[in-house]
Amino acid sequence: MIVVIDYGMGNLHSVRKALEVVGAKVKVNSHPEDIKKAKKIVFPGVGAFGEAMKELKRRSLVQPIKDAVKAGTPFLGLCLGMQLLFEKSDEAPGMKGLCVLDGEVKRFKVKGLKVPHMGWNNIAYSLKPACRQARLTAYNSKILKGIPNGSYMYFVHSYFVLPKDRNVILTTTGYGINFTSGVCKDNIYGFQFHPEKSQALGLKILENFVDLK
Amino acid sequence: MLTKRIIPCLDIKDGRVVKGVNFINLRDAGDAVENAKFYDKEGADELVFLDITASYEKRKTTIQLVEKVAESIFLPFTVGGGISAIDDIRNLLNAGCDKVSINTAAVKRPAFVRESSKRFGSQCIVAAIDAKCKIKTKEKQKWEVYINGGRIPTGLDAIKWAKRVERLGAGEILLTSMDYDGTKEGYDIGLTKAISESVNIPVIASGGAGNLQHLYETLTEGKADAVLAASIFHFRAYSIRDAKNYLKKKGVQIRPRT
Repeated sequence: MIVVIDYGMGNLHSVRKALEVVGAKVKVNSHPEDIKKAKKIVFPGVGAFGEAMKELKRRSLVQPIKDAVKAGTPFLGLCLGMQLLFEKSDEAPGMKGLCVLDGEVKRFKVKGLKVPHMGWNNIAYSLKPACRQARLTAYNSKILKGIPNGSYMYFVHSYFVLPKDRNVILTTTGYGINFTSGVCKDNIYGFQFHPEKSQALGLKILENFVDLK
Repeated sequence: MLTKRIIPCLDIKDGRVVKGVNFINLRDAGDAVENAKFYDKEGADELVFLDITASYEKRKTTIQLVEKVAESIFLPFTVGGGISAIDDIRNLLNAGCDKVSINTAAVKRPAFVRESSKRFGSQCIVAAIDAKCKIKTKEKQKWEVYINGGRIPTGLDAIKWAKRVERLGAGEILLTSMDYDGTKEGYDIGLTKAISESVNIPVIASGGAGNLQHLYETLTEGKADAVLAASIFHFRAYSIRDAKNYLKKKGVQIRPRT
């Protein structure tokens, strides 16, 4: 059973549907007990960093999420869900993130480029050995199985993550700068784009997550 | 690199597509899922559904339609038409669409844009602006904003209004030229460029597409981030594939069909 964490931030329907299409049994839930028992966790989300952290606290989900990550439960953060894994964000100064990954979330500030970064952009495999801990590189990462380097994915965001440990970077994407569009560390995966809105290749990523042993 | 988006627009009424793909091998031309699947397969980058349902009661059918579409395609889509309350937006987003476009309600009560973008995030609030040329001299040109499907002039200057909706939290602008809409003579390049250069959020150009050159012009000269088109795709004068091949040859960054 895959638990999709519901904390009142955005549209979970499409994430649930997409996971079901690739063969997962899904429970959309916000109960700490279910997170504890989950075989895998998907953490989606759109909206603002500060509001999201408030919601997670209000629903007493912060510790259960951290515990699940620590316990090795395969964990997939999407969009805001990935950003929340880091320590802090320009979007909510003074608000602490989940601090599961080291680094921060920055706002796009590139002259002449529109914000939000919205639409289809490609992901480049990180050439450095990403996910050293898991002895994986983007080229043999299970989560990117069947996803050609340079594939187009659907993005919509105004902030991007800046990991402290460059080894967690799985993919990068260019928008004025090269920003991190995918991360991986041990059991943690995160993508800035929306696989659930990226047609067949996006679904393939979700399928890879579902298939993780 | 971020690619320019090609977005087919479908009109829906009472839960059915009334202006959609005009073709032979479609089992049911009015079925939203069939239409959506067709464009999904063709390589459309997003879809827009414009709800022209007259009665409020029948709007429920729109929700059912959105649910069905969201279950069958995994592509971003926007729903617009008659949205005037936070509950309308919540219902549509819960049903599975990604963005909503707001037009008349935004002009009548600008705070609605702020409230909705704050509640749901800027990324899902599209401000739709219908504009018509008001003054045109050699030195300058001005456009006025219209509401109620282009029936009522508002006195608002389109450029100022575009800046305002951006400040209020809209994440994108869907800009329709009333002068060019339906003419098939091309998009209003002047208007598109003026708005696109005035705001720092993406602008979707709409109204006037008659051939592929028109798409090219508005994406380059007009500086649009995306193009919306209805009839040239529905009547299959051109396919999305044709459009993408053409634009690619001309050097426009587009997403290849996968």
